[in-house]
Amino acid sequence: MSWLTLTRGLRRYPVRPPDSGMARRKSIWERIHLDPWLIGLLLLLMAVGLVVLYSASGQRIAIVYAQSIRFGVGLVGMVIIAQFSPRTFLRWAPVAYGVGVLMLLAVEFFGDMGMGAQRWLVIPGVVRFQPSELMKLAVPLMVAAYLNRCELPPKLRDILVCAGLIGLPVMLIATQPDLGTSLLVASAAINVVLLAGLSWRLIGLATVLTASALPLLWMNLHNYQRQRVLTFLNPDSDPLGAGWNIIQSTTAIGSGGLWGKGWLEGTQSQLEFLPERHTDFISAVLGEEFGLVGMLAVLTLYFMIVCRGLWLSGASQDTFGRLVAGSIILTFFIYVFVNVGMVSGILPVVGVPLPLISFGGTSSATLLAGFGVLMSIHAHRRLLSR
Amino acid sequence: MPQRFDKLKNSEHELRIFRVRALLALLVVTAMTALLMGRLGYLQVVQHDLYSTRSENNRVRVEPLPPTRGLIYDRNGVLLAENRPTYNLTIVRERVDNLDKTLALLIELLNLPEEDVEEFHLRSRQRQRPFQPALLISDLSEVQIARLAVNRHRLPGVEVEAQLLRYYPHAEVMAHALGYVGRINEEELKSLDSGSYAGTHFIGKTGVEKFYEHELHGEAGLRKVETNARGRVLSELGRTDPTPGKNLTLTLDKELQMLAYDLLDGRRGSIVAIEPQSGDILAMVSAPGFDSNQFVTGIDVASYRGLQQDLDLPLFNRAIRGHYPPGSTIKPFLALAALREGTVTPETTINDPGYFQLPNDSRRYRNWLRWGHGRVDLERSIAVSNNTFYYSLAHDLGIDRLHKQMTAFGFGQRVAHDVQGESDALMPSREWKRERYNQPWYPGETLSVGIGQGYWQVTPLQLATATATLANRGEWVTPRLASKLGEKTIPTALPDTPQDIELTQESWWETVFSGMEKVLSGHEGTARRTGVGLEYRMGGKSGTAQVFSLGQDQRYNADELKERLRDHALFIAFAPLEDPQIAVSVIVENAGGGSTHAAHLARAMTDAWLLEDEAPDVDDVHETLESSNADIEGQ
Repeated sequence: MSWLTLTRGLRRYPVRPPDSGMARRKSIWERIHLDPWLIGLLLLLMAVGLVVLYSASGQRIAIVYAQSIRFGVGLVGMVIIAQFSPRTFLRWAPVAYGVGVLMLLAVEFFGDMGMGAQRWLVIPGVVRFQPSELMKLAVPLMVAAYLNRCELPPKLRDILVCAGLIGLPVMLIATQPDLGTSLLVASAAINVVLLAGLSWRLIGLATVLTASALPLLWMNLHNYQRQRVLTFLNPDSDPLGAGWNIIQSTTAIGSGGLWGKGWLEGTQSQLEFLPERHTDFISAVLGEEFGLVGMLAVLTLYFMIVCRGLWLSGASQDTFGRLVAGSIILTFFIYVFVNVGMVSGILPVVGVPLPLISFGGTSSATLLAGFGVLMSIHAHRRLLSR
Repeated sequence: MPQRFDKLKNSEHELRIFRVRALLALLVVTAMTALLMGRLGYLQVVQHDLYSTRSENNRVRVEPLPPTRGLIYDRNGVLLAENRPTYNLTIVRERVDNLDKTLALLIELLNLPEEDVEEFHLRSRQRQRPFQPALLISDLSEVQIARLAVNRHRLPGVEVEAQLLRYYPHAEVMAHALGYVGRINEEELKSLDSGSYAGTHFIGKTGVEKFYEHELHGEAGLRKVETNARGRVLSELGRTDPTPGKNLTLTLDKELQMLAYDLLDGRRGSIVAIEPQSGDILAMVSAPGFDSNQFVTGIDVASYRGLQQDLDLPLFNRAIRGHYPPGSTIKPFLALAALREGTVTPETTINDPGYFQLPNDSRRYRNWLRWGHGRVDLERSIAVSNNTFYYSLAHDLGIDRLHKQMTAFGFGQRVAHDVQGESDALMPSREWKRERYNQPWYPGETLSVGIGQGYWQVTPLQLATATATLANRGEWVTPRLASKLGEKTIPTALPDTPQDIELTQESWWETVFSGMEKVLSGHEGTARRTGVGLEYRMGGKSGTAQVFSLGQDQRYNADELKERLRDHALFIAFAPLEDPQIAVSVIVENAGGGSTHAAHLARAMTDAWLLEDEAPDVDDVHETLESSNADIEGQ
């Protein structure tokens, strides 16, 4: 009896499947393939996000409105994606991956320049699109789909195939150049391999290799990227230029203190000392206006989402689902860590938004789509059970 | 079936692997979250004070409020230096959408030549930080301001800024006496009190503006403002008002000053008038003058070069820095010196054959009148300006006593209280010559000094001061330019006034005065034509100073050369004799025709000061001058 037929059975008889082993009553959440805990936490996070955004945008209600629309569209998208069976993602993963790589190649040759980097693919009059954003989901899906066919823990041959699958798009994104995104895509996919049980020996070897490759990477960095790293190491070397962002953001956070300066009262944020305050640096606004207490609350919220996500992925019953779900939730955490780390001055400045709080349509859409996949995996799992 | 079992078993194994890994991942996530929380705790609790201060420093800026510079009035309350609001056009590049378009529009609106675009591009870049306005055009006209106001919406980033600018209504006439302010330069910046001058762009460069800089400037105030990252002021948090500079009342009389300037009529020269009782400098003119207003905003290179290369040296303050041989004008002072030293008495006479000879020396030192004045006493020696008498007098005195006595009258030193940039000029002495030339003093040189030639050099101010002291019967009053600072009167008896000059017999003053009166009123006085029709008693003394050589770097054409080799005309005067109200020194460079020119101008000055009816007509004076130019009178 194949998994496929079972899924089809569900489609045909959604309320009371003929399989008597599953006679247990299904909850409303299970029927709509959503996880109430996760949904609740996400909605709470988005609400906090909108409150902070109102302040961070200089009290422009239009921005909050736009972000709400995006959240709405993203949530609808998430619910729709959750309705698909994981099987669908498994089947479509190679297609998405292939299309993504082709689009990256297209960007390489016909891409639109923006902010000194080729990131956008423009179909005139129709859409402006960043293929690298698609790859944040497509690459881990592809790697998981591949590993799903192998016996785990993966053998060296499988690892090498995975390395190739990851390496190609990551290189293409890195040469745009968009080092931040390429690292995020790489880490999302590497999470899959790690969760699949990559042997500790190989992990150790990879760490050593990466460390020794660092000088080579340094040589290939663009000037502005090197500058960012140097500035991170010593922000005071150029306080009005490259160091400005990090000095202002740590100042904002530090001056917030334990309780914060109060909503809309952050002088660093409201007086425009903070750069990109409603996008990448929004966490500094949060830290300034709501203090350590606010920061800890939001970090705790993120932590709970990650815990719930890991729990869901652990409860998933097939390898593909587990790997994808685990990777999605860990990547989500990496966003949080990199963003807060950068704004508080323990990581160099890379353009990574604070999930669901920073203003921005593309990142929210990708994140919510990821949660859609995660919930789909979770909500369709019982069909194979017992 | 076994296959399926394997698969299941495998699946169990894979699930275990995953769960172990997921648990590890959770541990890592927990550790990283803890790291973030730790970092935030460090920033927000441990280092909170540091960052609070930083954030406060970011937000709050202390802005200096520059004080308003004190005004300057003449002795009658006529405004000589004021602060006029002017409007400047500034541009903030960051706020301009299209710089080329904006500049083109400006040029079109303000009717400026196309070439200015280049200059504007250059100027718009002159600033230290982003969002700082750069000055494009200073001193906009009212029409320009109106045009800009109407088109404001088309010119984002372009602002009209008001600024108080120093303005001198009588710039040319007052330039040398008042001085002027200009932009603070880097050298001045180093020595200035940075707090007090934080918002000030101008500082007194010369003259009264420089001497009374501290009082005129006032004290800067400050205001604490909240700014955004672009430096834009959002609100005021507190302020201390500036203390405006004190107004200054000068001793100058604007009318007399203007008359003096007009009398010189563009000739190179200087007139200084002092009120003897008080030391008040009533007029201090150096001609030609210049428009000091040009220096306030910063003079353009071409104009400055023009002024600098002008052979008439308009920037040179002759009244206090011009060095002239005093010529015969010092004869009354030498007579007093000899009386004090006892080498002559009013009764001393000599027989003048037209020359003087040193013992054992065949060289003849000539009187200006070749055949001599015959028997000459002290009084007549002044009236007819006899040289032979003074050769003899100087010879008897000797250079040492002569130097000492002349120093008592202020020669060879700075005399005034508050005249910026005054020169010592030169009162030669034995020591001076040894030091300067490493040579002994020769007796013949004393004779040259005896008729105000040789090494001796005076400034017009020194000459006027000595005349005032003489008019005061030896009572020294230090000349001064300012009489009131704010509401406070500056005392007349200024501290470092030199010792008064005392004579053994008061009547000797009358002897010298009488000689000086006869210069103008006597039948053989050297300036008797000038004295015609005097309505009060006036004492004077004429002088001519020979021009020996010209500056080496200067090139003149033949006519100019001839003109510039002519003698300087000098005259000192005071009046009325019995109660002197004014003492004057006049120097007209290369006037030729003896001292007549200078004497006429001195008379016009005293007439203007003493006579009730309106000031003498300058044109009349000049006409008289032309008619009498042919006569060559005495020295």
